Amino acid sequence: MNNDTLIPYIGVVTDIRQDTPDVKTFRVVSPEGGKVFEHMPGQCAMLSIPGVGEAMFSITSSPTNKEFMEFSIKKCGCLTTWLHAMDVGQQITIRGPYGNAFPVESDLKGKDLLFIAGGIGLAPLRSVINYVRDNRANYGDVQIIYGSRSKDDLVDYKEIIDEWMNDTGIEVNLTIDNPQEGWDGHVGFVPNYVKELDPSINKTVLICGPPIMIKFTLAGLKELGFKETQVYTTMELRMKCGVGKCGRCNIGNKYVCKDGPVFRFDQLGELPDEY
Amino acid sequence: MLKISLDKLDKLFEAISASQTLYIPVDREDGAAEYKKYENGMKLSSALNTLRSAKDFFFPQTENLVDFKMEGQNIEVIDVREESEDFVIFGVRACDARSFTILDKVFLAEPVDSYYKNRRDHGTVVTMACTRPTETCFCGTFGIDAAAPEGDAACYSDGESLFIEAHNEKGQKFIDSISSLLEDGDTAKLEAVRAKTREILKKLPLANLTTDNFGGDKLNEYFNSDKWGELSESCLGCGTCTFVCPTCQCYDIKDFNTGHGIKRFRCWDSCMYSDFTKMAHGNPRLTQLERFRQRFMHKLVYFPANNNGEFGCVGCGRCLAKCPISMNIVKVMKALEVK
Amino acid sequence: MQEAMINKAKQLLADGTVDRVIGWKRGEFAYDITPAVFETAEELEKEFVFDDFTAANVSKYLVKESKKEGKILAFLKPCDTYSFNQLTKEHRVVRENVYIVGIPGGPKLDAEKIKAKGITGILGVKNENYTLKIDTVYGEETMPFYEAILDKCATCKSKKHVVYDELIGDEGEVLDSNRFDMVEKLENMTAQERYDFWRGELSKCIRCNACRNVCPACTCEKCVFDNPNSGVENKAPADSFEENMFHIIRAFHVAGRCTDCGECSRVCPQHIPLHLLNRKFIKDINSLYGEYQAGEDTTSRAPLNDYKQDDCETTVVHERGVE
Repeated sequence: MNNDTLIPYIGVVTDIRQDTPDVKTFRVVSPEGGKVFEHMPGQCAMLSIPGVGEAMFSITSSPTNKEFMEFSIKKCGCLTTWLHAMDVGQQITIRGPYGNAFPVESDLKGKDLLFIAGGIGLAPLRSVINYVRDNRANYGDVQIIYGSRSKDDLVDYKEIIDEWMNDTGIEVNLTIDNPQEGWDGHVGFVPNYVKELDPSINKTVLICGPPIMIKFTLAGLKELGFKETQVYTTMELRMKCGVGKCGRCNIGNKYVCKDGPVFRFDQLGELPDEY
Repeated sequence: MLKISLDKLDKLFEAISASQTLYIPVDREDGAAEYKKYENGMKLSSALNTLRSAKDFFFPQTENLVDFKMEGQNIEVIDVREESEDFVIFGVRACDARSFTILDKVFLAEPVDSYYKNRRDHGTVVTMACTRPTETCFCGTFGIDAAAPEGDAACYSDGESLFIEAHNEKGQKFIDSISSLLEDGDTAKLEAVRAKTREILKKLPLANLTTDNFGGDKLNEYFNSDKWGELSESCLGCGTCTFVCPTCQCYDIKDFNTGHGIKRFRCWDSCMYSDFTKMAHGNPRLTQLERFRQRFMHKLVYFPANNNGEFGCVGCGRCLAKCPISMNIVKVMKALEVK
Repeated sequence: MQEAMINKAKQLLADGTVDRVIGWKRGEFAYDITPAVFETAEELEKEFVFDDFTAANVSKYLVKESKKEGKILAFLKPCDTYSFNQLTKEHRVVRENVYIVGIPGGPKLDAEKIKAKGITGILGVKNENYTLKIDTVYGEETMPFYEAILDKCATCKSKKHVVYDELIGDEGEVLDSNRFDMVEKLENMTAQERYDFWRGELSKCIRCNACRNVCPACTCEKCVFDNPNSGVENKAPADSFEENMFHIIRAFHVAGRCTDCGECSRVCPQHIPLHLLNRKFIKDINSLYGEYQAGEDTTSRAPLNDYKQDDCETTVVHERGVE
């Protein structure tokens, strides 16, 4: 019998990084070494601890990383709590890759890119950012606006400071919600910060974060003159199969697991408001 | 057409079941019909349809997907799939036969569901034309002819004989396997029976229900209809409609710790259930209105939008008969319809 | 009766006594009645129905409806009033927000029983001197009225309304019903026969949850069977006994609170006689703790929630278990 996508592969967790008080980044390789499968930025995978649960997570590492995949996961429910408690060396099950991807090889090529993220929302964008960094010649200027509740809640802070900020042609703007000792950067919510920074409306925008942040940021972008056709986001709903068959992650006739998770706002606007 | 006298049905069933597993609808004590594995002496039900649909044969209520052995930090994945044995489902009605085409569109779409395909490949569907459709029938709404069912092979009764014809290779193989029992028959009387059935179909109370005003192009219009509140107000949020429906195919995946390992099951699920879309951090369908709307939007709008206009309903009428509060797709269509 | 009820509802809406009315709405066929809330006289005139098929107990809807603004008129049959009382006792409904008009009870008809006679293509059903005249696509059929009544009505326990603000029609009596006959029959079986009976019935279960969701005693905000953290959430049964457990646990949970309204069996798509499980508990409670009818009043203490010195000892389980 042929392989079935519902039968998962084994992945080994080879590194666990505490990113923020409630976010850890897990490095996963196949038992034989190397990646379990290839993916494109924005795609997801179903991770599971049998008996505990199975859930969809975006792959936060870039496909240009040839050695491993990474997942930045916020402690939130049953499965994620278990994942946060496990040790390096733990095997997990993994299946995928699922969903579409950010159009890095088509619509985004040659464009100036503006990434806007809030909190754990950086996870799916990090895959694109590093993909762009590794294929620098294919893209224009890159601006990253990233905010979190506090300095401690900024995911991948070390990578942002040590790598992204040192790259030429990448502008990084960080912000936190409230003033904090040891923070001399910007303070304030992401939507307002975007307006303050007044980015060029020629940029293509990739946005991910809490729904409320997305809502206000999108409104702000429109005020600045951005069109919905320039703005991409990535969605999350409850999933079981990952391949558009179990029937629960639909928004209108589109399945987030299969037709998404990446949507352009004009596409999303045609769908019922149920997410 | 080839035929066998109705009083020789026992012989026919014995012959089929000698080479493969045969399922036929039989009457239960409470008057309901259900599919049973044929054993000698069983009588074919005369009921119009089985209480549960025939989808169980290809998409069972529960099935084991995969097993896991957990040892320390290690996990072993055990593929529990086995090649299905050949089987025949006899007496499937036209509505249920169409439901398989609809299920195929989901489960055989890439990536193919191997569990479903395995059973589909090994199952032969032998249909039976209806002669006594009932008030809850509306298969005609979806272009189904109850007097000419689809399936691998189809049977028609003229009251004396059962006529059989093949629709494809699988059906022909089935007929070949029982050809010694069949003889050529004159279909004049059968044609009269079929014509009469079609007359009755035209007189049924739901005969004029059409899908003309439904389909993928009505997405936001119907989603935002103000009728949903009233339609869903007394919905109990149970899964009766979903579980008796031949086309409902949503499923859940669950793990069980048996004490010796983990079994991962797939089971039927219902969009009517409160936890269907519930996530650790919220639920996009908070009240029964949204869940109720999802079920009917899926059948009348989303499914046709994704499947070249095919609707996710075959008009079998089971939900009309079984919903505890008698709310159903017909009432929804009539209330919602914008001409 | 329907006419009198519509007039009563219109009057109470017009004089401001109530803002809404809960009753039943006509369907596509003679028998497919849907519980519904009406807000205007026009709606009532157009769609309100009360006939031989309006069996649904609307009490449970009042859990939600009585918490809305304004007052709602509920037409309750005698059996429905027991459910309502029990819900009041459990603080699930806001009594002040409900205006109850007691209406005569059944017997009500079960369309499934008509269909089980092989009568198909039903276009209309008329009761003429307790003979049903059934108009069908295939001509007229007849059957005795009493052969088509719901199981719950065949063993009706009471024609008396235990709570109401006003009555339409005369008040009835508590009946000396034969409702425990089948329970006794099951008790007299051998353990194996009984086991086979229940396995046969419960194996039909498709876990649609209709029995639970319709049950006026099942009003938990979050059912243990829907809670992934409970360890018993089981949409997918791990073995063939799990469905049995679901029903047995449910029967335990409603023991002493079940008023025997019979809705569980009425809505079961598989015709499982679920009410017999509940009746066994009712019969046992009657014999072990003294006669008790859940929902009869709103103040008495339920035997299973009350300690009395002369309560039976737990060893009774062992004693009664001996064949």
